[in-house]
This record gives sequence, structure tokens and C-alpha cells, in this order.
Amino acid sequence: MTSYPDWWKLLFGRFTLESIPYHEPILIGTFAVVALGGLALVALITRYKLWGYLWHDWFTSVDHKKIGIMYMILGVVMLLRGFADALMMRGQQAIAFAGNEGYLPPHHYDQIFTAHGVIMIFFVAMPFVTGLMNYVVPLQIGARDVAFPFLNNFSFWMTVGGAVLIMASLFIGEFAKVGWLAYPPLSGAAYSPGVGMDYYLWGLQIAGIGTTLSGVNLIATIVKMRAPGMDMMKMPVFTWTSLCTNVLIVATFPILAATLALLTLDRYVGTNFFTNDLGGNPMMYVNLIWIWGHPEVYILILPIFGVYSEVASTFCGKRLFGYASMVYATVVITILSYLVWLHHFFTMGSGASVNSFFGITTMIISIPTGAKIFNWLFTMYRGRIRFELPMMWLLAFMLTFVIGGMTGVMLAVPPADFVLHNSLFLIAHFHNVIIGGVVFGVFAGIAYWFPKAFGFKLDRFWGVLSFWFWVIGFYVAFMPLYILGLMGVTRRLSRFEDPSLQIWFVIAAIGAVLIALGIACFLIQIGVSILRREQLRDTTGDPWDGRTLEWATSSPPPAYNFAFTPIVHDLDAWADMKKRGYQRPLTGFRPIHMPKNTGAGVIIAGLATICGFALIWYIWWLAALSFIGVLAAVIIHTFNYDRDFHIPADEVVQAEDARTQLLGRA
Amino acid sequence: MMAKATAQAAGTAPAFYVTEEEHAHPGGSTMLGFWLYLMSDCLVFAVLFATYGVLGRNYAAGPSGADLFDLKLVAVNTAMLLFSSITYGFAMLAMDKGRQAAVQGWLVVTALFGLAFLGIELYEFAHLIHEGATPMRSAFLSSFFTLVGTHGLHVTFGLIWLAVLMTQVSKHGLIEANRRRLMCLSMFWHFLDVVWIGVFTFVYLMGVLK
Repeated sequence: MTSYPDWWKLLFGRFTLESIPYHEPILIGTFAVVALGGLALVALITRYKLWGYLWHDWFTSVDHKKIGIMYMILGVVMLLRGFADALMMRGQQAIAFAGNEGYLPPHHYDQIFTAHGVIMIFFVAMPFVTGLMNYVVPLQIGARDVAFPFLNNFSFWMTVGGAVLIMASLFIGEFAKVGWLAYPPLSGAAYSPGVGMDYYLWGLQIAGIGTTLSGVNLIATIVKMRAPGMDMMKMPVFTWTSLCTNVLIVATFPILAATLALLTLDRYVGTNFFTNDLGGNPMMYVNLIWIWGHPEVYILILPIFGVYSEVASTFCGKRLFGYASMVYATVVITILSYLVWLHHFFTMGSGASVNSFFGITTMIISIPTGAKIFNWLFTMYRGRIRFELPMMWLLAFMLTFVIGGMTGVMLAVPPADFVLHNSLFLIAHFHNVIIGGVVFGVFAGIAYWFPKAFGFKLDRFWGVLSFWFWVIGFYVAFMPLYILGLMGVTRRLSRFEDPSLQIWFVIAAIGAVLIALGIACFLIQIGVSILRREQLRDTTGDPWDGRTLEWATSSPPPAYNFAFTPIVHDLDAWADMKKRGYQRPLTGFRPIHMPKNTGAGVIIAGLATICGFALIWYIWWLAALSFIGVLAAVIIHTFNYDRDFHIPADEVVQAEDARTQLLGRA
Repeated sequence: MMAKATAQAAGTAPAFYVTEEEHAHPGGSTMLGFWLYLMSDCLVFAVLFATYGVLGRNYAAGPSGADLFDLKLVAVNTAMLLFSSITYGFAMLAMDKGRQAAVQGWLVVTALFGLAFLGIELYEFAHLIHEGATPMRSAFLSSFFTLVGTHGLHVTFGLIWLAVLMTQVSKHGLIEANRRRLMCLSMFWHFLDVVWIGVFTFVYLMGVLK
């Protein structure tokens, strides 16, 4: 290693030319593909002169619908990255037996499993869930946008900033090698001196700010901006679950931020919160991180329960069974999710009494969750079920999730957990509930609301193909892990000695390939649907005979969502309107008051990301400069008082007349 | 106020939409949103308090609170912050009466008290570090500096915000948007006061107890 002069360190911090991983053929190959793909994309956008369109109509947009769509795109892009990590791990574990070291050296393998977990939770599941909530909630409550439209745009770009930092670690430096929750002392300065841990900390910190603010935003939206007549117990279930999720976000993400900040201080300043000496206590970190971490899994699953509820009532053609019990179950889960965190480390040694308390609270959560499963089942009972794609995902979810729930109850028993802790049984369990719950639900939600967002349905053939690859692939990939876990195989191992285990890992790898095909079919489905959009066109705005207000407007909805704010008289407001002979108003349109687009969100989040990057590499001048930049940009933004405008009545008339013609054609 | 249209000539069907927009309230959700933000910030402090609660007696053979804290100094400091809250309250009363000059005057007084608070805190920190009681010395000192420092950082940002708002008030007067912003900063300022009461009691008063 060459030594670098002082001016270099002053200018570039601890960045050196050796930080570029050019000696890793896998990374160079990936970089080549990403760089070529990126260049091609930039060239195409430039060729078709789309930069202005992207900037004015999308990046700076404060329209909740566009922001929702951008979240979903972010989720899909990051899914590809996170899943590539999964395939690499499965490949490594399938071949690394009895002396064969596989193709991934341990330091690379450890980065991959850390990146896989971080990306899948923070940059796939969270953007998907936030995207769905952003798109759907304002429409379901009959609002024209969220409470703080600029903040919404800013939140999105902060999430992107975090994702950019995590992705940058692939080609500049390295990523953390500590597992997705980065327990100290391993993640402390003594054992993880490199930049990998710092990429983790700043990436999550920046994305976390965005998530917290988007939580504040959606709570205020749901509490303050519901259409007249929609009292709390007339809110659609998806809106209810979104409300609970955002309450959890606001109640937990600050804990994550503070915990990561303390670890950051340990690493940067040399404090002793989580160190082994001078009074530090690593278990404090483990407690704090799970006080965020356990509610986090409910943050992911609750809105998805909402998606399933909407899907169940729409495709069974009747009101959801047990609406009130569904709401109460959701609220109970919200509260209980805060009282179970210690079940993630029964082995810490808190003693039988503490472990019993957390074991029991954990088992109690299965009661409201079970009530939900029965509600969906009873909604199907005597319903006229239409086996459209979202409904198929619901059925696959119910079967799969119940299995995951039962293994969860097994893990909730402290004595059993002492055997299963950190084994592949645990890995199988949480993939069982996250894939079988969250991912299936995201696909259900995409298939369900895609026609609303784009004006045409998704192609059924490729969707069904994707569905079966995903469902079968999931079982093939994860059932072997349950077996291996029961046999005592622990997680995060990159090579094995016992050749009798290999067959299970080979089966799991085959399952991962099946899921890869499922993802490919999903992408093809999007492509095919765009090509066939004229045949798949939804002219009615209500392609599924829906029941909630988002189906009352056109597909895609106009920027202002509703020309006239709807008045709600009943649960399932749109079904009620259809039943009682609602006539769409054709005259009397007025100018509509809307928020203005602004580039401030992109700029502030961009500067924050630069600041994060500079802090990771100890480039202090850049960190100071970009931090001052963030402050200045925020202050300048507050001097802008001119934040809204009126859509003129003529434009509303034009948009509504166009819809009248479309409806006439149908 | 709200005129409703009957959607159908049949007469029995109720109104399904609002024909006349209610008067738009820009920022109608701001107070709720800001409260939610404050509660999230409160949780950040909750974590720091909890950490102090767990690690606050881990002196690692170093100095303890009883060795370090100068209660008289902290009492003066606390008085500065409490006075600043009162003067902010006077600024808000003046705002309600629409007296812009009085608002600005009280905000200046508030800022001066805030600056005094920060100055004393920085002096205290410098003094501790000079004595070798650095944040790196023990888990107790790590959690002490972080909890108190985070509060101080909040006061710093509050002061920057105050300066920005005073500029905006002098530029645009007490318009609705500025009143809303003054309200938000008021909540923020009083919130910091409440947190400080916790710090004062939990860290300083209980810290000097053996």
C-alpha cells in the first residue's frame, strides 16, 4: 500500500485508489453492467430530450400520486439489487462444502448478507409500502394531496439518498460486514474500522429522516383531510392500517435514529456507549435497535393487511367481514408490537421472568392476527369470488402466512428459542412472513392499483406465471431452511463441513432460481402490459367494480384527484354511491387550489447525501460545506411564500369533459 | 356554509359531493404535524434519557456527577432557559395583539437568554473537558455529554430558526404564514424547556446524590 501525502488526505480523507475494488472480478463485472446500463439510460433520456420532462413533471413534483409511483420504482430497482445478493448467497452455500471454499471469500460474503438484509428491509419493503400508502391513501379519503406535499417530495428524495449511499458502497470502498442490525461491539470502531459500517450508518440515517417525516405527513393527512362524512369508523381498512403504520413509524424511527447516532458517536468520537470497556454496554444497543426493529416488521405488514382487506372485499363482491374487529385488531397489533422486542434475544440472559413476559406478549399478538385471517376467510364465505391476480396473491398469502405465524409462535417459546435462536429456522420464519406476507401483498397491491395509476390493467398471463414462480419458488427455497435450522445449522455461514447438509442447500438454491424467474416474469408483465395497453385500457376508472373512493375518479386520476370533494355516507363509500344512483357532475366546475412543484426537496436531499458521503470518507471540508449547504437551502426554501396556485376552471372542464367522452365510449 | 348539491333528480339520493369549496386552509394541518414532529423528537430524547439511566452510573473509575457538577452554575443556566420561555410567551401575546415591534423586541430578549444558556453550557463543557472529564472517559460521561449536548444543539437550531423568523417578520409582517411559524417555534422552544427540566432533575439533581 502506497502512502498518500497530507494534501491528499486533506482533500480526499481516507479515500485512496485502493478503495476501488478493482481486484474483485465480480464487482468489476457488476460495475461494467451498471455503468453501461446507466450510460445507455442517460443517452436515451438525452436523445429523446426527456430531462426537462423528468425534472418538471416527476423529480420536483409534489403530487402524491407521482411520488407514490417513484417510491414503487425505487422499490423495484432495489429489489433487483437485493435479490442479486440473495442469489449469490444461495449459490455460495450450495457449493461450499467439504473443502470447497465456494466462489465468495468471507469478507465479500459477509458484505453480501448485510447488504441483502439492509436493502430488502429499508430500500425494497419500505419504499413499496410507503409508495402504496402515498398513492392510495389520499384517494381513498377523498383528498387532493397529502397534508404537506413538499415534505412528501423531500422524504422521497431522502430515501433515495440513503439508497444511493448503499449502492455507492458497492463500487467505492466496501459495505458493512456485520449483519443487517449491526450489533456492537462487532460494528464498533475496534472491530469494523473500515468505511463499510459508516456507509451503513449514514445511509440509514438519511433514509430514516425521510421515513419519519413521511410518517408525520401521512398521519396529519389521514387525521385532517378526510372527505366530509368519513368519520374514523367509515375509513377504508387500508387507510386504517396506514394510519397505524404511520403512528408506528413516528413512534419508532426516532429511536433508530438516536441509536444509530450513539453508535456513530462511538465510532467517530470515541465515546463508550456500546464498547466493551469504560462502562459501555453492547446489550443496550441490542435492546434499543429492537425497540425500533420489532415495530418495524409491523410497519411493513400492517398496510399490507390493509391491501389484502381491500382485495378481499372487492374480489368477493361484498363488504369486508368484521370491519370493526379488523380495525381493533390492527390497533391492538400496533400497541402490542411495542411490547415484544426482547423476544429477539431471549438468549441475552435476562432471566425466566423477563423472558416469560416477552414470550407471552409475543404469543398474544397471534390472536388479533388470527382474527384478521378469519375475517378474510369469512369475507370469502358466500362471496362471489373472482380469481383475478390480487385475489390469487391473497389466497397464497393466507396459506403461507399461517405457516410463518405458527413457526413464529414456536420461536416465541423461550426454551424452544434457545435451540432455534440465530438458526436457519429463524431465517426461514421471517422470510416466510415477509415474503409470504409483505411481498405477496405488494404484488397484490400492484396488480390491484396499477390500472388506477396508469389507466390500463396488467397482463394476466405473465402475472399468473410470476405468481406461480414466486409461490412455488418460495416454498422450495425456504422449507429446506426450516429443516436445516431444526438440525442446528446457524445463519450467516459461508462454508460447511457436513456433506449431508448439502442437498438442502441445493434445493434452496433451486428455489431462489424459481423466485428469480418470478421476478423476471413480473418485469416482462410490466413490459407486455405497456405494449398491449390499448387492449388492457380501463376507461371507467373502476375496472374491478371497486368499493372505495379511489375508484370514483378516472384512471389515471387528474392532478386534483376529485373535481368535487366527495361526501361520504357509508363504509365502502364508492359502493354506496353506485348503489344509490350517484350521477357524475358534468357542470359547475371551479378553479382548484393546489400546491406548486419545487426543486427544494431534490436539492436538500442531494446535499444531505453528499454530506453523508463526505462523513463516511472523513472528507471534513466537504462535510462542513455540504452541511452548511443543507442549512442554507432549508432557510432559502422558507423564504418562498408562494407555494400554491389554482388550476383554472377551464382546465378542470377540459379534463372532466375528456373523461365524460371516455366513459361514453365504454 | 357548505352548499350541497343533490346528485339526482329523484330527490331521495343524498348529496355525494361538495359543490362549493370550503375556504381553503393552507397549513391547516401544520399544528398537528408539528406536534407529531415534537413527539418524535421527544422519543430521541427518551432514548438518550434511557441510555443515561442505564449507563449513568458506569463511571469506569473516573469522576462521578457528584465530583463534577456545579449546581449553582446549572441553576443560573436553568433560569436563563426558563426566562427565555417566559419572554417567548410575551412575544406570542404581542403577536395576538398584532404589535409587530413588541414581538420583535421580545424575540430579541428570548434570543439573548438562549445565547446566555448556550454560553454557560459551553463554558461548563469546556471546564469538564479541561479537567479530563471528556465524553470518551466513561460511559457515564458519554451519555451525559450526548444528552445535554443534544439539548444544546436543539437550542442552537432554535436560535437560528429565531433569527430567520425575525427576518421574515420584518420583511412580511405578522401575516398568517408567519404567525403559524411563530407558533411552531413557540412550541419547539417550550418543548426544549420541558426537556431541560428533565435534564436538570434527572441528570444534575439526582447526579449529585450519592
